[in-house]
Order: sequence, then structure tokens, then C-alpha cells
Amino acid sequence: MIESTQTKNPTPASVQGPAGGHEPPHEPAAMLRPNSLTGNIQPRWFLPACAAVSLLLSFALVVLLGDAEEFSINWALWFVFAAVIHLVLAYVITLVRINRRKAKDMFWRNLIYVAFTLALLPLVSVIMSVAIVGFQGLTNAGFLTSDMQGINASTDAGTQEGEHGVLGGIRHAIIGSLVITLMATLVSVPIGLLTSIYLVEYSQGGPLSRAITFFVDVMTGIPSIVAGLFGAAAMASFLSFADSLGIPVPGRSTMGVTAAIALSVLMIPVVVRTTEEMLRVVPNELREASYALGVRKWRTILKVVIPTAISGIAAGVTLSIARVIGETAPILLTAGFATRVNWNPFEGWMTTLPVFIYQQFTRPMHPTYHDPSFQRAWAAALILILIVMGLNLIARIIATIFAPKKTGR
Amino acid sequence: MSKSITAKNLNVYYGDFLAVEGVNIEIAAKSVTAFIGPSGCGKTTFLRTLNRMHEVLPGARVEGELLLDDDNIYGSGVDPVTVRTMVGMVFQRPNPFPTMSIRENVLAGYKLNGARMSRSKADEIVETALRGANLWNEVKDRLDKPGSGLSGGQQQRLCIARTVAVKPDVILMDEPCSALDPISTLAIEDLISELKKEYTIVIVTHNMQQAARVSEKTAFFNIAGTGKPGKMIEYADTTTIFNNPSNEQTERYVSGKFG
Repeated sequence: MIESTQTKNPTPASVQGPAGGHEPPHEPAAMLRPNSLTGNIQPRWFLPACAAVSLLLSFALVVLLGDAEEFSINWALWFVFAAVIHLVLAYVITLVRINRRKAKDMFWRNLIYVAFTLALLPLVSVIMSVAIVGFQGLTNAGFLTSDMQGINASTDAGTQEGEHGVLGGIRHAIIGSLVITLMATLVSVPIGLLTSIYLVEYSQGGPLSRAITFFVDVMTGIPSIVAGLFGAAAMASFLSFADSLGIPVPGRSTMGVTAAIALSVLMIPVVVRTTEEMLRVVPNELREASYALGVRKWRTILKVVIPTAISGIAAGVTLSIARVIGETAPILLTAGFATRVNWNPFEGWMTTLPVFIYQQFTRPMHPTYHDPSFQRAWAAALILILIVMGLNLIARIIATIFAPKKTGR
Repeated sequence: MSKSITAKNLNVYYGDFLAVEGVNIEIAAKSVTAFIGPSGCGKTTFLRTLNRMHEVLPGARVEGELLLDDDNIYGSGVDPVTVRTMVGMVFQRPNPFPTMSIRENVLAGYKLNGARMSRSKADEIVETALRGANLWNEVKDRLDKPGSGLSGGQQQRLCIARTVAVKPDVILMDEPCSALDPISTLAIEDLISELKKEYTIVIVTHNMQQAARVSEKTAFFNIAGTGKPGKMIEYADTTTIFNNPSNEQTERYVSGKFG
């Protein structure tokens, strides 16, 4: 590139300008100012083309390196080769065609793309594998509408011997998951939201608010099994206390509401953290506008601050639900494991989807014929992912409906 | 419907920091008073004490007396919220509520306070307030559209309509035109001269021509240096302040020699 600057000398007029002449002529630095306006960027198709070439090359490389007898592709190796080839290829071509600066830019940009793809791969592969394996289980008759009542080792043996399809379903686990998570949400959202309202609107950075923030941070890090132990212990001591007062209570603490309490220990800090952020970004001008109209503080919070932040609050609540709906350990400790539908969270054991999956995987119904149990587990995992995705979708819809209106011309 | 304001030895503090010192001022009912002065001299701070918006900030407090007609608004037992229903405020940047339509924005003072009213009564308030803010003709066909969809000047007039709708006695304006173009500024200035028939208006402005155009009396604030309290240097008829000020600082400021 340096040579071309020297071969194409700029005319005196273009360097000195029309009024020039007495000023010393200056050479614009070749690196900062190339001698032509065009040809200094790679065309739009360069990156995709480069990526495609790298994929092809690395595919060939993987095939060559692979076992000649048995045709198989190592996907991870393919990706690694493709990434390296892409990085080098894009750098070298840009270096030759344009200059060092652009080449470096290209290199770092591609590194970011590769990192993004790398981060995305596990997510995509999890969803793909769960969807592919789980879909088969979903197609079994009555999978969503029946529970595991009466399903035992001999049923699965019958399935394995081809007498009938995979029997049994996850109706009880879906209901358990929804009931327990709903109860946990009903407990956590008011507590969490009111806490964050206190932190943002009322506390003025005093010791109490600093203590709350500190303990919320600590709570975020509580292992879920500890939350489960807490829920079980708290409910047991509450029940014995209530019993000593002569109030009629269930005799055993293992029930849905105990699980909901354990989950809300995990959920409250997430709700506090996310809603606090959302309340803080509401502009102070809106609060002042409301005060200036003679509106009291609590009405301002209720009718101006929260409606303005509602989309973010909804998103935060959904996040916290997604955080706890996949919990296994605290549920096992607090709600036990059931094979039949139980709608009542205040009486008897309950099962949730993660616990169901855990049970089916670790303790298949039949000691040797594992397939039917594994199928149920994968299908339940697929349903769990679908529920979480559905929740995210609902949060987005809520956010769009309630979001402050931007246009209207 | 309109009240006079009297400040007696008013000191304004942010925590321990004395921001404005010893203000004595008498503002007549149904007049326009302008506060001018360099940035950071305490004009806005003093304006915000007039409807007790000042104390919204943590640690802010006021010493002295501030009379609205004959009532001390800093007297014991006075509810700041009541004061704010009597003394409305328009802010520097237009701040319509983004979740509300134009109509709801005008009615915000009532709706946010939980007042119930008939549809026809509400329509009447909306129309009167929007006509009062010279905005009715521009928005009457889209009252249910969001207020944030209006232009900056229209938004500011919507905020004035919102303030007028609750029928205060005094309207405070904190640099209401600083974010607006000359045409919207003219619209607001016309509006101010309309509004002074019914309201006492206090306006903070950095635009001295504007102060000269709209106000009858002008107060000049200045600050001796960083960390020192702001003071009211001179308060007189606007023509006196601009043509024949008695204080040298005022003269230097209005003639553009500093600040």
C-alpha cells in the first residue's frame, strides 16, 4: 500500500489548496488518508463468504483427519477449525487488500462473532436435543392427561416387549409445578416489590437500606438445597407451634405450600434486584411532575412510578419464575414425590416436573428396561422448557401492552 | 384565585450547605415576576422553595418565613401536598406522563388523586385547560393519543395545561422555554401574558430578552463564588433592572459584561 502512495503523487493544488503556495506542502499520513475514497473497505459479502469458505475448508480438513474406514464428523473439531481458519483468512485478506488497521479491526470483530457463536452453541444444542428426544415421548397417548398412578415395573416391561406403548403421564407433575410456582410467586412478588419500592422511594441510603441490600445479595447466593432445608424446618416448627395452640393443622410438613415457601426464599432476592433496577430508571422528572400537581407520594408511586416501570417489573417477575421453576432439590425436601394428581398444596405430597425428571432418570420404573422411563423424563424436560419459554413470551406481551406509549402522531 | 407571595429572610439549605441566603421579596398577585442570574446562583432552588418542592430532595430544608397571602407555608402543621395544589409548577424539560394519553395528562391532577368526576365534567376541564394553554386546536382530534407523541413545544404547553387544570393560585415556571425553538417560545410567552390575568406567575429564565418581554418585575440573583451562598442582589420593575439598575453587578450582568 505504501508503494501506491508514492507512485500516485497528489497534484500540488490538491495538497496546498487553492490559496496555498507559500505554505509548506504536507504529505497526509498514508495510514490516515488513503489515496482513493473507494476500495478501503471490504464488500458486504466478504464476511459471509469468508465464513462459508472456512466452513468448507475445515470440513475437508476434518474428513481428511478422520478415520478413512468409517465416515464420521467430529462437530466440535469442525467448529474449532472453521473458527481458526475464518479468523486467519479474514485477517490476511484484509491485510493484503487494505491495511493493517482494518485487518486488526477485522480480527477482533471476528473474534467477537466466534465467541458469540460459542456461547450460543450449548443453548441451541440443548434445545435441539431435548426437542428431538423429548418429542417422541410427547407423542405417547395420554402423556399430558394422565399421571403415574398404577404404572410400575411390569407396565414398562410390557412396553419393552411390545405389548403396548409407553404408558403413564406427567399431568400430576405439571399441576404440581404450576401450583407450587404460582404460590411461590404470590408470596415473593408482593414482598420483593414492596422491598424494592422501599429501597428506591423511601430509604435515603440509610443503614437499614444498606443492610437490606447486603442481605438481599447474600440471599441471592443461598444454595437451593439450603432454602429447601429452611422451608421444611420452618414449616415443621410452625406446625408444631400451631398444634400446641390447638389450631387444626396438617400433621406433616411435607406439602406444596412448604415447597412454595422454600422457593420464595430463592425468588425474593431476584424480584428485589430486578424490580429495584426498573424503579430506579423511572425518571425523577415524572415523580416531581406528579408532586407538583399536589399528588401524595404513595399515589405517585402507585399511579406514576409503577405503571411507567411495569414492563420491566413484569420481565423481572418472569425471570424470577424461570429461576425457580427448574428447582429440584428444595422440592424433594419439602413436597416429596407423588404419583397422582394433587391439587391441594396444603395437604399431601406433590411432584413437580424437575423432580419427576430426576426420579425417572435416577430410579427407572424397571431395573433393566430403562427406555420408557427415559422417554418420560425427556418429554417432561421438553414440557418444562416450553413452559419457561411460554412465560418469557407472556412477559414480553405484557411488556408491550403496558410499555409507555412512544408514538402517537 | 390568585395569591401574593412574601419571603422574609429565607435561607435555603442542602444539608449543611447554605445554597440561598437571606431572600426578602414581595411578589404581587396577578403579576409576572422573572428571576435572572448566572447558572448556579440559586434561582431554581429558591423557586422550588415556593411550593415546597425543594424538600423532595433528601436533606434539603428552609429557614425563614414564606407567606402565601397571609399564610406561612413553612409554618408547623402545613402539609406540603396542600401547598403544591395551590402553587403549581412547570419544569425545564417537558415531562408529560408517558403512560397517559393527552386527555389523561390534562386530568392527571385529578386522576392521580383519585378524584371521581362525570365524563362531561372531565371533558369540560380538558377543553378549558387545553384552550387556556393554546393547545386545544392542535390536539382536539387526538386526545386519546399518548402525550409523548407531541412536539417539544406542544408537550410543554400540555404540561402547562396540566398545571392550569387543577386551578392553582400561583404558577412557577423553571426555564420553561430553554428546550424549545423560538416559535414555541413565542407561543409560551403569549400564553404567559394570557395566564397572568388569572394567576400569579414566577418564571426563571436565562434569556434576558424573555424576562424583559414577559415580566413586570425582575429579581437578579448572583453568587460570590463557588461554595458561597446565592443571594438576591436586586429586585425592581423590569424596566428599571434593564435600563437603570442601582447595583453594579446587575448592570454588568444585564449588559452582558459577565455571566
